[in-house]
Amino acid sequence: MKKNEVPQDEGNLSKSNMKELVYATDENGNYTTELSSGWEPKTIALSNSLEDINERVAEALMRVKDSKSSPIVYFMEVNRMDINILAGYVGMWKWRIKKHFKPKVFAGLSDRVLSRYAEAFNISLSELKKFKAE
Amino acid sequence: MEVGFTHHQAAHCENGVASNLLKHNGFDISEPMIFGIGSGLFFVYIPFLKVNHAPAISYRPMPGTIFNKAAKRLGFSVKRVKFSNPKAAEKALDDNLKNNIPTGLQVGVFGLTYFPDEYRFHFNAHNCVVYGKTETDYLVSDPVMETVTTLTHKDMEKVRFAKGAFAPKGQMYYPTSIPKKSDLPQAITKGIKETCRDMLAPVPFVGVKGIRTVAKLIPKWAAKQGIKKANHYLAQIVRMQEEIGTGGGGFRFIYAAFLQEASVILKNEQLKVLSLEMTKIGDLWRDFAVNASRVYKNRSTQTDVYNTLSKEMLHIADLEEAFFKKLKKAIS
Repeated sequence: MKKNEVPQDEGNLSKSNMKELVYATDENGNYTTELSSGWEPKTIALSNSLEDINERVAEALMRVKDSKSSPIVYFMEVNRMDINILAGYVGMWKWRIKKHFKPKVFAGLSDRVLSRYAEAFNISLSELKKFKAE
Repeated sequence: MEVGFTHHQAAHCENGVASNLLKHNGFDISEPMIFGIGSGLFFVYIPFLKVNHAPAISYRPMPGTIFNKAAKRLGFSVKRVKFSNPKAAEKALDDNLKNNIPTGLQVGVFGLTYFPDEYRFHFNAHNCVVYGKTETDYLVSDPVMETVTTLTHKDMEKVRFAKGAFAPKGQMYYPTSIPKKSDLPQAITKGIKETCRDMLAPVPFVGVKGIRTVAKLIPKWAAKQGIKKANHYLAQIVRMQEEIGTGGGGFRFIYAAFLQEASVILKNEQLKVLSLEMTKIGDLWRDFAVNASRVYKNRSTQTDVYNTLSKEMLHIADLEEAFFKKLKKAIS
């Protein structure tokens, strides 16, 4: 990549005034560094992943609304986690978390267990307990 | 308290931290040099490990290995500590700062509040340097940022104890002894040899063979898992290749910069020629990213586009195989 070809597209970085450093060649073919504000293919790749997350969040919200899933599923998706990551944060086995995905089991959980989830999701205990899917 | 520390922006976090920490200790070495000597160029496909609901693909080795290998080959020692207790981790870091030691940390990206929200995923192999502490904040030099930044004490604990794959476990590291003079030519040769060995490894998930395996999977993903999943996986490949910290083209340009520097130190003209060749391969990786992004943007439904992408990647694999064979010869 030549220095004058370093992409300067609008992107997720330029929105927050960030620039990344890349290595590129100057007119004599020698390597030097240049700042880049963003590159479209990269922005699209990132948007694709974010869209995917948004779809997962919307789907989780529907399931909570239809009483098919507990709010834990929704907050897990909002926080871009999967069950492995959540298991790490709350320090519970995956099979146990899976049980807590059921609204009936969730309703009977103690505050002690719930607060572990609330902490992992960075919300208060009451936010988790009183969560209503609108 | 604050340690005088000069921040240099880098393309990739781990090389950047290594290079910045060494410069701080009076050992002037560039980012590409660390990358090359630490055998940073890599390719691995880990089918059973899922990252963001897609198979894990990485263009670099396990976190920490670049610095460790560079340290070994340049003859300095690195102290690396992990913690199970966040309080102990905090105390160890604070003690280091009191002793004027800027300290490298492995952190999770999700809790880095100074990153744009779009970039905050559960990715735990990021690196930064802490060089001071105030009443409320830690002073942070994150090599992928243009300038220094801060994190609150609470956020610092969170990023150091992020959970999931490659959990950092509060890991901190810093060079403890710096050699006055290193055998740079020998270190370079060792670094190159290992990269050649890794990239030409006879294992289907690693190096050139790994690239081929993934290339062949692309049309299969589309046929078996459906267009949506295939596109998600493709986006993941591009993100790992072009994410902040790769310097573009899956690290190929950093490696080319390294080869150019190495050709001068080793007085080896062949390396300069190979540097140009690696630049071209990097450009092809970028073309691949452009074409892949067209596919998942238009949501094209033809199966042919996946075959075209697959062929493009196989072509790159062929070029890289030839490249690393030549590189191996050039330094032997």
